[in-house]
Amino acid sequence: MRVSRAHPLWLAYVLHRLSGLGLALFLPLHFWVLSYALNDAARLDAFLTLTDMPVVKAAEFGLVFLLAVHFFGGLRLLALEWLPWSAPQKTWAAAAVAGSFLVSTTFLLQAI
Amino acid sequence: MPGQDQGQDHLTVTVMRGGSDAPQRPEAFQVPAYDNQTVLDVVSWIQQNTDPTLTYRFACRVGMCGSCAMMVNGVPRWTCRTHVNKVLRDGALEVGPLRNLPVIKDLAADMDPFFDKWVAAEGRHHPTRSRDDDIAPIDPAGDDRQAASAGIECINCSICYSACDTVAGNPDYLGPAALQRAWTLFNDAKDDSRDAILDAVSGKGGCHSCHSMGSCTTYCPNDLDPLSAIAGLKRATVKRAFGGRK
Repeated sequence: MRVSRAHPLWLAYVLHRLSGLGLALFLPLHFWVLSYALNDAARLDAFLTLTDMPVVKAAEFGLVFLLAVHFFGGLRLLALEWLPWSAPQKTWAAAAVAGSFLVSTTFLLQAI
Repeated sequence: MPGQDQGQDHLTVTVMRGGSDAPQRPEAFQVPAYDNQTVLDVVSWIQQNTDPTLTYRFACRVGMCGSCAMMVNGVPRWTCRTHVNKVLRDGALEVGPLRNLPVIKDLAADMDPFFDKWVAAEGRHHPTRSRDDDIAPIDPAGDDRQAASAGIECINCSICYSACDTVAGNPDYLGPAALQRAWTLFNDAKDDSRDAILDAVSGKGGCHSCHSMGSCTTYCPNDLDPLSAIAGLKRATVKRAFGGRK
């Protein structure tokens, strides 16, 4: 029998795991490219021209998305396990964090 | 009406058969469909009218005894309080034994591992007084009592244990029900062995094996919250590791 388990808490768990896995796979590549800054600056500059390609820009969006999902997923987990708050308290705290993040990010985007 | 065959008032119900001495296999039955019937009604109809060898377990039929839990369309449920019309998927019903437990036969799961872990988590009363002493006064509104009371309606149905993917992947894991019982006793002023409870739940397969997937809390038929109880144990064990006392 196929097990049915797609409830929000389980999906949040899976999202956190998969985003962490994606970031773990990205990090070695990231450090490998960064090593050129020390050893071969010309090769680094050549590599960085790839970032003009639309597909790389889309991949960068994906990377930031993974980072954001994993970051807030981690905060969610910390709050879930370490704060003896009631469920409504945690909902309000999450809403406050999301709201303040929205306001501050909008401010940042207008500033740059 | 959804779930009925066109022109006939029948449901197609697939039941998992077999067990410890025979491989599990699905078997389909045609069962009369009614507006109001529970999954347990359907299983009982099959056993009483089609195949008397069908093995399953139930007792109270009112959601108190916790003995009739089964997998219903992939979700562990108390079948005596589960209306067929609310759980049909594409008009079909698939019923199987509880997941994460050995199968005795057909729909009857072997509950021994579940209760063995209940004991392993120190889920038993450790008295502070003897029968010769006065009964200790307890403030029902106190924080500790509130935390303890949150979990006392557990009916040992094993639905949380069956829903948990950590149990599925880690045979040593004590499981949500046993850990919730440990948290209840840990907060009970009449329990005298808080250290023994924390010892039992902080080792291999204890509360720190929980990945907070939350299936226990999502599927608990009594709306209990083992996820938060396990989080409470995590905090208590860490606090003790750093020298804190309750």
